[in-house]
Amino acid sequence: MREITIPISDEVIRSLHAGDPVELSGVMLTGRDAAHKWMVETFIKKTRPPQGDDLQVYEEIRKYLNQGVLYHCGPVVSGLDTKEYKFVAAGPTTSTREEPYQADVMRHFNIKGVIGKGGMGAKTLQGCVDTPGVYFHAVGGAAAFLAQTVKKVLGVYKLEEFGVPEAMWVIEVEKFPVVVTMDSHGVSQHSTLDEKSRKVLEELLAKPY
Amino acid sequence: MQKDYTNEILELIRRTSSSLPKDVEDRLRASIEKEEPGSAARKALETIMKNIELARANSTPICQDTGTPIFYVHYPEGMSTRKLKEQIRAAMTEATQRSYMRPNAVDAIYDKNSGNNLGGDDFPYIHFEEVDADQPLVIELMLKGGGCENVGAQYSLPDNKLGAGRDLAGVRKVVLDAVQKAQGKGCAPGILGVSIGGDRGSSYIKSKEVLFSKIGTRNPDPKIAELEERLTEEANQLGIGPMGFGGQTTVLDTKITGMHRLPASYFVSVSYMCWAYRRRRMTVKGEEVEYD
Repeated sequence: MREITIPISDEVIRSLHAGDPVELSGVMLTGRDAAHKWMVETFIKKTRPPQGDDLQVYEEIRKYLNQGVLYHCGPVVSGLDTKEYKFVAAGPTTSTREEPYQADVMRHFNIKGVIGKGGMGAKTLQGCVDTPGVYFHAVGGAAAFLAQTVKKVLGVYKLEEFGVPEAMWVIEVEKFPVVVTMDSHGVSQHSTLDEKSRKVLEELLAKPY
Repeated sequence: MQKDYTNEILELIRRTSSSLPKDVEDRLRASIEKEEPGSAARKALETIMKNIELARANSTPICQDTGTPIFYVHYPEGMSTRKLKEQIRAAMTEATQRSYMRPNAVDAIYDKNSGNNLGGDDFPYIHFEEVDADQPLVIELMLKGGGCENVGAQYSLPDNKLGAGRDLAGVRKVVLDAVQKAQGKGCAPGILGVSIGGDRGSSYIKSKEVLFSKIGTRNPDPKIAELEERLTEEANQLGIGPMGFGGQTTVLDTKITGMHRLPASYFVSVSYMCWAYRRRRMTVKGEEVEYD
């Protein structure tokens, strides 16, 4: 199993290919629907003026995201009262909801890896080629197991505004297991499999009952 | 004076969220051998098995998406459903406090998470069914994650694109289409709940209700039972595999039920359940509460 440390260089990204199993270690940021919408509207398309602590949060997350990894995850977190946060359950959420935003977010922040489940579409695949970056697929539902690889919660942004699942959590992980399913060479295992299974479906539909 | 069951329901929620039923675990374990050694599919299933053990040992959620809570309450005649509902809601709040549940109820208009898994009158979803006064109180709970809920599908037959007519042959076609479209997005390997007939609303509800039975439970009608078996087998030929990594295991089981329909309508609803097929039941027998 190949081990990769965050931050990740372009050279390492280009050496990765769809189908490669990888273990990630280092600091990453979680972000899902609310975070992507906020990033794109406030800082990329600038259709919404920054409010409250927006600019300050932006400056801080930029540091984590540059050559970093963004994890599509809405965790269950304990210690909310004491602020001694601990990830209790932290598997990936369905990534395709971020398809309208992801490529722009990757390019803007120079994100090297996006972790999620279910894969993403053509726009994001192009984002992987341009940035360059990759899409890492984690095992959906394996939340208790993946939470164990989260060694420390270093901080959280927009907890009040976005709520626990949608907030941006800064976490330190050790040996977080993923599979590269979309690479920086324009190969997506998801579209390959979609085509293959569609052919099988057509054969099955042609069979008599 | 009706007993307060809040603590017992809290325990039901803890068990449902953290401990997968044995029939599901057994079926998942059996599918490991069908995947190539060293393949991503096999690794995913092995991770899933480790995850099941960890969640159970630590009483933590199997999946961070603790899902839509769906309660089916079979209450003896004379019991107050209003009080039972209050107790279910109190237990849900406490379960969220204890991290058995993630705060999972978001106001769709104002985008605000309620923080305690309560939302309006419909979250959690509670269905009441009266039984005879001498029967035990039985509460069933299913937690259905959003990823798999999003890949559910409803077809109005005939579907000309798929060449699916208003008969079981047509049902077979649309169900296979739903599995192909879902790919790995519903956290495959999944379990299919299929309802034929009804209206749009009742059909979807029924397609979830059928998921309360154990894996391997067949429809008593041999014709439907045969289709259930066939669909599982054919869905696995699609090669989607665990998580959509490719492989032999795409669907673990299929459950079909029929309803009455209007002459004008022929709906087929497919509810896709992820591998984290969380369902549990509590039965109150006098002072004793049994969980299974």
